[in-house]
Amino acid sequence: MSSLDFPLPAPLEGHAALRAQVRDFLKETLPPGYSAAERARSWMGFDPEFSRALGARGYIGMTLPVEYGGHGRSAIERHVVVEELLAAGAPVAAHWIADRQSSQMILRCGTEAQRREILPRIAAGECYFCIGMSEPDSGSDLASVRSRAERVPGGWRLTGTKLWTTFAHKSHYMICFCRTGPAEERHAGNSQFIVDLSLPGISIRPVLDIAGEHHFNEVSFDDVLLPEDALLGREGEGWTQVMSELAFERSGPERFLSSFALLEETSRLAGADDAGAARALGRLTAHLLVLRHMSQSVAGRLQQGEKPDLHAAIVKDLGATFEQEIPERARQLIAPAQGDADYAAAFARTRLAAPCFSLRGGTREVLRGIIARHLGVR
Amino acid sequence: MADMISESAARLFAGTARRAATEAWSPDLWQEIEEAGYPLSLLSEEKGGFGLEGEEAFAALRIAARHAAPVPLAETMVANWLLAEAGLPLAEGPAAVDDGTGRIPWGRHLAVLVRVSAGAEPRLQRLALADASWREGRNLVGEPRDELLSAPGVAVEARLGVAAEVPQALAALARAQQLAGAMESVLDMTVRYATERVQFGRPIAKFQAIQQYLAVMAEETAAASAAAAMGALALSLARTAPARFRLLAGAAKLRAGEAVGKVADLAHQIHGAIGFSQEYPLHELTRRLWSWRDEDGREDDWAEILGQAVLAGRARGLWPQITHLQSDRF
Ligand SMILES: Cc1cc2nc3c(=O)[nH]c(=O)nc-3n(C[C@H](O)[C@H](O)[C@H](O)COP(=O)(O)OP(=O)(O)OC[C@H]3O[C@@H](n4cnc5c(N)ncnc54)[C@H](O)[C@@H]3O)c2cc1C
Repeated sequence: MSSLDFPLPAPLEGHAALRAQVRDFLKETLPPGYSAAERARSWMGFDPEFSRALGARGYIGMTLPVEYGGHGRSAIERHVVVEELLAAGAPVAAHWIADRQSSQMILRCGTEAQRREILPRIAAGECYFCIGMSEPDSGSDLASVRSRAERVPGGWRLTGTKLWTTFAHKSHYMICFCRTGPAEERHAGNSQFIVDLSLPGISIRPVLDIAGEHHFNEVSFDDVLLPEDALLGREGEGWTQVMSELAFERSGPERFLSSFALLEETSRLAGADDAGAARALGRLTAHLLVLRHMSQSVAGRLQQGEKPDLHAAIVKDLGATFEQEIPERARQLIAPAQGDADYAAAFARTRLAAPCFSLRGGTREVLRGIIARHLGVR
Repeated sequence: MADMISESAARLFAGTARRAATEAWSPDLWQEIEEAGYPLSLLSEEKGGFGLEGEEAFAALRIAARHAAPVPLAETMVANWLLAEAGLPLAEGPAAVDDGTGRIPWGRHLAVLVRVSAGAEPRLQRLALADASWREGRNLVGEPRDELLSAPGVAVEARLGVAAEVPQALAALARAQQLAGAMESVLDMTVRYATERVQFGRPIAKFQAIQQYLAVMAEETAAASAAAAMGALALSLARTAPARFRLLAGAAKLRAGEAVGKVADLAHQIHGAIGFSQEYPLHELTRRLWSWRDEDGREDDWAEILGQAVLAGRARGLWPQITHLQSDRF
């Protein structure tokens, strides 16, 4: 059985100064009166201007090597910065996916030309990516994707449909996971491509969420001609690659901080002498402290070059449960109609976003399946 | 040093669960524990311990709990740490702190009782228990929880060497280690059982409902272990930053205690009737879990303390409070 330990990495020199720098940057950069409603978007607020400012400050592509425009810093330092951005509810969505996973994939599997072309723009906060995994008939069962790239002279021809593609309509590229071999080869027949979303034959249609917001999309590929060098990594290695991409997608502090703005609003309005409120807030605080400890431990494992997919799955599922509990506790303490406008806005946004916390990035049941496999029972 | 302790503790405590089922108190086992020096695990070298830090200082206790060892190791470790900080002689024999509830853990078997007096200048009293008389009680697993009727022994006292909130927090922290250790065993035992028990022609571990339960148990056990580790790392703050120590220790106890609810229930569910029987050892662990989570502060007790601290400091903002509490590494 795998170890369920969550040891912390060695102390980070100068962590307090780094946190202070990020806080100062946020104070200067976020507009005055950045509202609770904005903060409650958590990592779904899309603001290219903010991303460019963040990139200019050296807070994107932190772990990328300097030669590719990155900053050669550790996963732990990145963790500190990301935590501060999330806790402040900063609008990080534009560069988020590129920073968190696409850049790592290009660094690991990309060609030298792909790295030189794309990574510096990502680190500058100017180049945005989306995730092309899910399709209408392939959700949890990712290996069943039907989108297909056929070899043609000079490159590849891509056909098919991706669904739920977050911010495809505002991204420059998609890393698209699709079939390149026969359908019978569930795992071996897949590859990944860096798809330039400005190419002819690509149409992007909005899909609104239950709050009426537009973030995800349906993306159709109608005989899209991809150049030879759109292939990411090796042909037929798509399955292994996409699994490592998911490890980046699942491991960060955004997996337990999505409802933080509402927690903050609740603690702001709770009565100072209300013992019930103190108990509820104290309990959530204890959970948050432990989740932070666990998440920092995962960052340490990443820094060591481990593949902490078990530990990341545990943090993500516990984190989603915590995030989903916050609106439920909040409404017990402060009726949404009785809080002020900031509280009400944070509540509405968080309550309506909460169902997706245990879906996006792998459903609760899929994560528990991963854990069960590590326990040796699957 | 730390590895040596873990190995020797694993050897010493292996098999004590079986002993736990048949005898409540084993002087021989306690003798071995004293010879190994575990009751001094929390002490610095100057104070007569081994200078272990963080999780290592609690390693023997966690292993003892994994094996459901029926001994007052947590209690004696805490009592000795307080005695050392107050500059009083360490306990020769089992010791415990009187937490004021009137139920003294392992009372009838103790050599020394430690008491903290309240007030502006709190003091620590060390009472040698020669011919004490007790009204016997027990917790859910049968560990003695006795009421002291009279104690003619000799008392010495000194100024409490640490902040007034530290004794209670340290006791909670020790319990959190026990909770984590016992849950680790419950998970192992349940995974093993699920792969061995066959129904409908296959091991029950092959049923997805059971797999999902096991995953929840693993998540909660992992959270409890991480909570215990987080609290253990804070031990060095007990002297230098007692307010932070108290909140981190309390958070550890709270989170581990909350995990008990799910882990113990699911373990029994997965074991079926056999796990509900006296002859099967699961209850040696689950009854300890249900007892310990109510001792040295229930989840709600610590939640209120933590919540009041958070509310009192909210002008600073919630996030800065969180990062300040955990500011030792990152
Ligand atoms: C807000 C949001 C943003 C998203 N953004 C993106 C994106 O940018 N790019 C992208 O590619 N995808 C994205 N997704 C899609 C996401 O990855 C999928 O929702 C997820 O993988 C689940 O797929 P599904 O929704 O089709 O559900 P299904 O797979 O159909 O699952 C439905 C239910 O069945 C359960 N289930 C399925 N299989 C099993 C099994 N083997 N055992 C037990 N239970 C099972 C699931 O757990 C779930 O409860 C996003 C989703 C959301 C909600």
